[in-house]
Amino acid sequence: MTFTFTPTDLTILLPEITLLTMACLTLAIDAYLPQNMRNLTYQLAQGTLIGTALLVFATYPQQPTVAMSNMFVSDPMGAVLKIFALLIVAVAFLYSKGYLQDRRMFKGEYFVLGLFATLGMMIMISAHSLLTIYLGLELLSLSLYTMVAMHRDSQSATEAAMKYFVLGAIASGMLLYGMSILYGVTNTLDLTTLAQYLNQPQSDNHTFLLFGLVFVIVGLAFKLGAVPFHMWVPDVYQGAPTAVTLFISSAPKLAAFALLMRLLADGLQALHSDWQSILILLSILSMALGNLVAIAQTNLKRMLAYSTIAHVGYLMLGVLTATKGGYAASMFYVLVYSLMSLGAFGMIILLSRAGFEAENISDFKGLNDRSPWYAFIMSILMLSMAGVPPMLGFWAKLSVLNQLVEAGLVWLAVVAVLFAIIGAFYYLRMVWMMYFEKAQDTSPLQANMDLRVAISANGLVILLLGMAPNMLMTLCLGTLGIG
Amino acid sequence: MEPLVLSDFLTLGAGLFCISVAGIFLNRKNLIILLMCIELMLLAVNMNFIAFSHFNGDIQGQVFVFFILTVAAAESAIGLAILVVLFRNRQTINVEDLNSMKG
Repeated sequence: MTFTFTPTDLTILLPEITLLTMACLTLAIDAYLPQNMRNLTYQLAQGTLIGTALLVFATYPQQPTVAMSNMFVSDPMGAVLKIFALLIVAVAFLYSKGYLQDRRMFKGEYFVLGLFATLGMMIMISAHSLLTIYLGLELLSLSLYTMVAMHRDSQSATEAAMKYFVLGAIASGMLLYGMSILYGVTNTLDLTTLAQYLNQPQSDNHTFLLFGLVFVIVGLAFKLGAVPFHMWVPDVYQGAPTAVTLFISSAPKLAAFALLMRLLADGLQALHSDWQSILILLSILSMALGNLVAIAQTNLKRMLAYSTIAHVGYLMLGVLTATKGGYAASMFYVLVYSLMSLGAFGMIILLSRAGFEAENISDFKGLNDRSPWYAFIMSILMLSMAGVPPMLGFWAKLSVLNQLVEAGLVWLAVVAVLFAIIGAFYYLRMVWMMYFEKAQDTSPLQANMDLRVAISANGLVILLLGMAPNMLMTLCLGTLGIG
Repeated sequence: MEPLVLSDFLTLGAGLFCISVAGIFLNRKNLIILLMCIELMLLAVNMNFIAFSHFNGDIQGQVFVFFILTVAAAESAIGLAILVVLFRNRQTINVEDLNSMKG
């Protein structure tokens, strides 16, 4: 292996380099700021995110280009995922600002760690070698562990951080063990060379490759939160401060999807008949457990955690068809899911105030009497998550199911629909509570103006895109070279 | 005595990996032991990478090991930091006491 480096590599990596420089700069500036000027850190972070998103847009690649000795790839799918991730993080920061201020957690750490986590996501999205995948993943995970533990006097937050850390570290270990075996068999870390090697017929190493593949998938399933490797998800979602849960539940899902794509589609496409059956099992279990257990929850954050597990099941349905159409459908699903999840946790923040967390389902009772507009926005979000037409979530589910039918997995599509119907129950129960039950707490909402505007926009985007779902779907298909 | 072959090193790696997984799942007392098991797991992976790198004559595996070692150091620093915060809140580092959230 020879390491080649050309100045054009730097232009391909420009968004990442900018983000890294700005994150370091923000960290350094924040260290010298008095508490009453903390707003500057927030503004710097927001400026960085928007600026980086613009840079990614300006350097939008027409076809895949590799850089840094094939360690890094810049392709249309990656660019779209990055722009979405950056904007979603920016919105998540905006939602969190007031929440953090009310709880005396408005410190630079949240924003700096958020920026580093975003850098990790971008590296994962653009990874083109097992090494870059691992490094991006760890940069993201290590930042997230710390963010969960940020509220250091809270018993539940520190407990959640410990659980997240231990299970996340085990997942990394499993993934690495699988990677070491893939490396041993194929003698390369580069994903393209790996795929070329696997495309040649070979029989003697197949068992050994499968052994590695199983470890890789276990690691991926841990990171995605798929059943039976989901144990950390409910505890982390419930225990972490809502601002952090909001962050974890939105943009990192885009990176997790990219991780699946890079490893399974770019690298191990030749083994798809082997990983397909494992993913089928994982997705059925996730849809079943996620949707059934969510019904029994009284804590909204925990309910949304189980809903995430179910959504991960649906997300994998598209990937497991191992076709470009399926990948595009999954990408559509993950983009839609991160928007919905952002809105749902944003609503929890909207209803919370200093000294009060609106994290129980009963806190949403009678929201219509307190604020008809936000009850309407929350209904959009819940109906979209349930997959009721004509919301965006419906189109996402539909496109995934469509691909399943095209791939000849009709029985799996039927199973998915059945669990979606079961899942609709707890989302609709939320809507029922907001409109038909008496409010226990009739105080008016106290959120800032920017939070109110952003949440309304978030809900309306889901409603309006639901009216014209083709736009987003065409974008996803286009990035994968179809249509 | 016969020279060591690739499979000897892979067996050692697999053995270390199994010990670490067993340690994580059997240990119900002490979180620090858990952190040690996680370190051991990464070292088992390193053993694999170095063995493959040596016997396949490719340097990339050894480069990967350096990165794993660095990340492992950062990881244990964060793990211990979380452990300290947890101990301050709970006065215990018993694994079985981490059960305030259920359902």
